[in-house]
Amino acid sequence: MTLQFIAPYLLPAIVTVPLLAAICNFLMASHHPRLALNALFGLAQVLLAGLLLIALSLPDTVVEMRYILAGWSAPLGIELIADGLAAILLMTTAVLYLVLSVYSALYFTDKNKGARFWPLWWLLATGLNGVFLAGDAFNIYVTLEIIGLASVALIALSGDRAALVAALRYALVGLLGSLCYLLGVALLYRAYGTLDLAQLASLAEANPLTWAALSLISVGLLLKTALLPLHFWLPPAHASAPVPVSAVLSGLVVKASFYLMVRFWLDILPVATTTLALQLLGVLGTAAIFWGCISAYRAHRLKVMVAYSTVAQVGYLFLLFPLSATSIDAWKVSGGALAAIVYFVVAHALAKSAMFIAAGNIMFSYRHDDIDGLRGIVREQPLDVFTFAIAGASLIGLPPSAGFIAKWLLLGGAISSGQWWWAAAILFGGLLAAAYIFRFLNVVFDQSQAAELSAQRHARPVPLTMALCGLALAVMAILMGFNAGWMLELLSVSAAVSA
Amino acid sequence: MFRNLELVEADSNRSGLSVGALWFCALLIAVTCGALIAAIVLSPKAPPELAALIASALPRSGVENPVTAVLLNFRSYDTLLEIAVLLIVAVAMVPGRTRVSGSRAATVNTDHNKDPMLTDLVRWLVPIAVLVSGSLLWSGAYAPGGAFQAGAVLASACIAVVLAQNHSLQWQSHRARGSLVIGLMVFVAVAIACVAITGTLLQYPGAHAASYILFIEIALTLSIAATLLLLFTCLSTTSATVERSMDGAKTGHPA
Amino acid sequence: MTQELIYSVTGIALFAIGLFGLIVAGHIVRKLVAINMMGIGVFMLFLATALHGPDTVDPIPHALVLTGIVVAVAGTCLCLWLAISISKLDNEKRKNPQQ
Repeated sequence: MTLQFIAPYLLPAIVTVPLLAAICNFLMASHHPRLALNALFGLAQVLLAGLLLIALSLPDTVVEMRYILAGWSAPLGIELIADGLAAILLMTTAVLYLVLSVYSALYFTDKNKGARFWPLWWLLATGLNGVFLAGDAFNIYVTLEIIGLASVALIALSGDRAALVAALRYALVGLLGSLCYLLGVALLYRAYGTLDLAQLASLAEANPLTWAALSLISVGLLLKTALLPLHFWLPPAHASAPVPVSAVLSGLVVKASFYLMVRFWLDILPVATTTLALQLLGVLGTAAIFWGCISAYRAHRLKVMVAYSTVAQVGYLFLLFPLSATSIDAWKVSGGALAAIVYFVVAHALAKSAMFIAAGNIMFSYRHDDIDGLRGIVREQPLDVFTFAIAGASLIGLPPSAGFIAKWLLLGGAISSGQWWWAAAILFGGLLAAAYIFRFLNVVFDQSQAAELSAQRHARPVPLTMALCGLALAVMAILMGFNAGWMLELLSVSAAVSA
Repeated sequence: MFRNLELVEADSNRSGLSVGALWFCALLIAVTCGALIAAIVLSPKAPPELAALIASALPRSGVENPVTAVLLNFRSYDTLLEIAVLLIVAVAMVPGRTRVSGSRAATVNTDHNKDPMLTDLVRWLVPIAVLVSGSLLWSGAYAPGGAFQAGAVLASACIAVVLAQNHSLQWQSHRARGSLVIGLMVFVAVAIACVAITGTLLQYPGAHAASYILFIEIALTLSIAATLLLLFTCLSTTSATVERSMDGAKTGHPA
Repeated sequence: MTQELIYSVTGIALFAIGLFGLIVAGHIVRKLVAINMMGIGVFMLFLATALHGPDTVDPIPHALVLTGIVVAVAGTCLCLWLAISISKLDNEKRKNPQQ
């Protein structure tokens, strides 16, 4: 069967295609072929990720694919691993990149900025794909640095002072996080003599060095995922970045370090985790939900509100850890909670990107994003407000969106494991999210002074394709709510076989 | 602590934290440091199995220096991603395209602003440095050396030339941009070619591993030298190098 | 053996001092020096794990440290470039305050 023939080449292709895209974009100085070229690379990524998903969903194939790079198997060389979780995240990355590449081709009209944007954009994709496929601890460090430095360079693209300061702050925090992670890896290498993740999983024991290593790795990754109280860098960075960059930062970059937290805590070093630590992560997550929602409600600028919303939604992700605590062994028991969190990640990536595109289009139109100055714009920008509303529905968790399915599964996990207090946090968090979403929608639908305000404002028309990109992502977030089955199956297959 | 990033104020040696907060941080860090040291001292170290594995695999790797073998054969994927990191920084910092961007990578300055001592020193130093760089690159196969060391020496030779104000650089010319990306390009091309030849990414065909490694290292040397030179000229704030080498800094960048 | 322990402890100590310096320092260049110091501390710990005896040296930590140095240089340069760009913008604003 053709898939058996192609399957061995999928993993190296997934990491090589974005590199080729970056090189091609760097060498091509002219402006015009950029949309076609980058859309083509985006489609290639989607195709590869789709083939990987199909390869892993077939009933008679392995639960994870391992690729031995350079022909030297671990611990001598580096290996790539792809299981259901990685494949779903790769697909999310690919889809988001395709839509956002189309958007970016229209967004960056300045030649210099465009020439700088596209190589960085695809190098960031290389880092993201590399993280999701990583099977070696030091390799993860290098891919984290690629992601971090590319993100910093992309945030600094707009060139105004606020963006540069936010980029510098993010750069310092990112370097600090990477160094903490590297120190943890150094301790692990000292203790176990290997850098391969699978071998570390089999050799790990619960001794002080492993606890120290896991704490350091976690602090480093939490800095990059912006969990409260280490979230201070995120709102300015995501709010002052160019629109497609904000979308990828909120949707994928913070999820990459979260993915590594999941791997290390549930897959590689679960022997070193303690119930207290898992509950602590849940407590920090709940605090992030509340603080993020309150700050989003109090935000004056639209992009800052959306950035604080990311802080809140990241908090939900960390409820995975206490909900997997009924048994500290790897995937097996946390199948339900893990499926919920993966659903959450995908739903949030789609909805948050749609929201950033809507906010970006509004900002392009009115040259500012002060919420109070956007009173009554629903008649002038119907598509963008509609996109924002649908994306907001997914973030609140209203049916039939993917966010609703994710919260439903999370609630189920919380109640069935007897930790009802997380259920209360999830429900209350949904109410708080509704608060800031509806605050914006109230202002925008307020038609009382519509005539005079629209005369004052002189809205610039937004290209239709840009608005449609946002709408496409928001609609995808809703459609995922209808078709929950295949993803849950993919995750449960990998959980059941490893049991 | 990260809220106010002071840059040039002279009295900004302290961040805005109070003395109490500083003592608390110091105490916390000291306790963590002590705990880590205790954990290291009390725990046994892993046996050197990996070193033995490398020693046994070294003859098949094509080079005799174990560090070069690890960097360019066993863990070549890490090196590939590291060159991508260098490209990220190069793309972020390269001066933007302006009207005066020509097609020549480096043009000789004809004005009389040259530093006479540096110019003479450069005349003697640069050829020697290029030879040293080449020999470091070649000897990486059997002794400490390799692409990074050779690239650093080559970059320092070019920096000496720039400091002597002998040339001005056009980073938007084809050759300059090509030199920045050629390392990554050759590495990825060889990686994909390996898929066609041996079936696995980055797996060199057994007999020719040494030549593949040398070919990649030559391209890496060029790229590393070009990137380091770019980093130096973009960060240099002395007026002479700013005017000559940061072409388009005032007009096009940050755009 | 003692030599390896000395390197490991020094590496951890450098990391801790660098971390404190990062928190305390106000000027951006001092923060970057502190980060570089933390990096050196981690590399020293890696190199300490390479010492297994008088004739057994593990080359993998050497390769990791080489990669780490290059990445650290790249990160430091990016931060410096951002700082210089911010300071240039501030200088221009100081010259034309009505801008």
